[in-house]
Amino acid sequence: MDQDKESSADERAVISMRAMELVVAVLLFAVGAIVVFDSHRLGSKWGSDGPQSGYFPFYIGLLICLSGIVNFTQAWFAKAAATEVFVSRGPFKLVLTVLIPAIVYVLGVKYVGIYVASAIYITVFMAWLGKYSWLKSVAVGLGTNVSFFLMFEVWFKVPLFKGDLDPLRFLGY
Amino acid sequence: MVELGALFHGFAVVLTPFNLLLMMIGIVLGVIIGVLPGLGGANGVAILLPLTFTMPPTSAIIMLSCIYWGALFGGAITSILFNIPGEPWSVATTFDGYPMAQQGRAGEALTAAFTSSFVGALVAVVMITFLAPLVAQFALQFGPPEFFSVYLLTFCSFIGMGKGSPFKTLAAMMLGFALAAVGMDTVTGQLRLIFGFTDLMRGFDFLIAVIGLFGIGEILLSMEEGLSFTGKTAKIDTKVVLETWKKLPRYWLTSLRSCLIGCWMGITPGGATPASFMSYGVAKRMSRNGDKFGTGQIEGVIAPETAAHAAGTSALLPMLALGIPGSPTAAVLLGGLLIWGLQPGPLLFVEQKDFVWGLIASMYLGNLAGLIIVLTCVPLFAAILRIPFSIIAPVIIVICAIGAYTVHSAMLDIWFMLLFGVIGYVFKKLDYPLAPLVLALVLGDRAEDSFRQSMLMSQGEMGVFFSNWLVGGITALSLVMLFWPLLSKLLARLRGG
Repeated sequence: MDQDKESSADERAVISMRAMELVVAVLLFAVGAIVVFDSHRLGSKWGSDGPQSGYFPFYIGLLICLSGIVNFTQAWFAKAAATEVFVSRGPFKLVLTVLIPAIVYVLGVKYVGIYVASAIYITVFMAWLGKYSWLKSVAVGLGTNVSFFLMFEVWFKVPLFKGDLDPLRFLGY
Repeated sequence: MVELGALFHGFAVVLTPFNLLLMMIGIVLGVIIGVLPGLGGANGVAILLPLTFTMPPTSAIIMLSCIYWGALFGGAITSILFNIPGEPWSVATTFDGYPMAQQGRAGEALTAAFTSSFVGALVAVVMITFLAPLVAQFALQFGPPEFFSVYLLTFCSFIGMGKGSPFKTLAAMMLGFALAAVGMDTVTGQLRLIFGFTDLMRGFDFLIAVIGLFGIGEILLSMEEGLSFTGKTAKIDTKVVLETWKKLPRYWLTSLRSCLIGCWMGITPGGATPASFMSYGVAKRMSRNGDKFGTGQIEGVIAPETAAHAAGTSALLPMLALGIPGSPTAAVLLGGLLIWGLQPGPLLFVEQKDFVWGLIASMYLGNLAGLIIVLTCVPLFAAILRIPFSIIAPVIIVICAIGAYTVHSAMLDIWFMLLFGVIGYVFKKLDYPLAPLVLALVLGDRAEDSFRQSMLMSQGEMGVFFSNWLVGGITALSLVMLFWPLLSKLLARLRGG
């Protein structure tokens, strides 16, 4: 697609606008089909006591399918979008550098709870991606989470998730 | 004037030290939220909502609505100084605001932006004060068919008035309705669309969707753009403020036009973002200096800012009077009402006088306080943007995760938040609008209830939506809105041929 010889690897497209439009349209259709299917199972007609549970969502599902089909055909025949880039390599890498640690972080939350996972996450993110000294990173990571802890557990009395392993058990909250 | 009496009662409710303190906190938090990438009015309010569960509802709504005003003000700071719109509705402000800052007129641009925001908001609040009680009173006669037709009008105008592909709007909206249907059916108690996953029984909470779509999605987008914050410095002193204020009355016509556009777009669920663009476009066409727009014209700052604030504020009118929010942030505030145990809808004006008039009074005070705070503290707020992204990004993701968790104290919601984040990122890039998705998710259950009740009333006859002049009129108007893209093309062709 990119004819320019001097374009670096970072500018190559990961996926084109058109391909992404098509993928999303297909996914929409699939979601619509699921909704229609389940509504039909529940009963999408008129029961003895009025409209059944699937009555309303059935048509919602149909409309999702319809919009999926129209968006698919529009994307298929659109000329302009064919050469447009949805995301190129360089920016995509940047997006992943945020997204992947975020996924790992949420996994961490499950086991060690919000406070511990957040402290580690902020520290590692700063030190690794921001190239800060470990001292500074640890200070920010710990500092923010101690203040979160005070705010939620102590002042507002809103308990946050402590994780399956609950490493902060000793604090008594 | 019954309204004035009620309004003064509202001021009496607001003017307690506790409420005033909350107001200040709200404004400052709001401006910070508006300045930070990834946090905006809608998800900022959504994240802070759980903290207000134990507060009295009036205090809670005062704080949350002040966050909203603050966020509206905050968007202008980043647009003018950094050429980065902190909020979607301040994109149009960058067109002339940033060139002004480059010419060393940042103080003038900021003063103009803040003042016109204030004017826009003030006009909208005055309108709410006098119009909302009337609308509410009128709506007291509404039955299920009337309510459904109003919902229909809301959603049809999204499709007809949206600037993108109508089918993308339709897709986003219906996805919202489908997500709202997940979980227990409120009428029959049957479980819908959960496919055996008991965790889904609760359904998808729109707060999670808002935090993910707007928060995480925004972070991913700003990351992609590889943020480099190279801003202009701003000093606002009294002299600049007074000089700009002296100039502003000259643009009263632009201001008035933008107020009207903003109020209109706010009540019909166009929202602040299209209002600001439209107002900028109209100002450009009507102004004598139209061709110079984009090079640092003060009118180019006044127009979008006035309209954005007028729209953002008047979006609360349908929320208060009918229980139908005009924007995602108003939708979040509406969700708050339900959580605090208040039933949104026209009865609110009868049963919760303190709450409604306290809120309206706080709009007057909050916007005034906001104007003073932003005029005096701009350098402070601008400094926040100089904090590097590698610190801001993880902290905001953590805040979003905490916000998502506190809604239902459910771990699964944090995963949903991430999922919605990715959806938000993809949808934004492909021009699928997010506002209809959120609104459909909020209103889905109630729209469905009113639809089913209407169907029960009429034993399945669709004719119930045309059974009297009121409901018939609204339904017909909805259909006109729905097919507006087609109709306008047809009209143009008729006129051309």
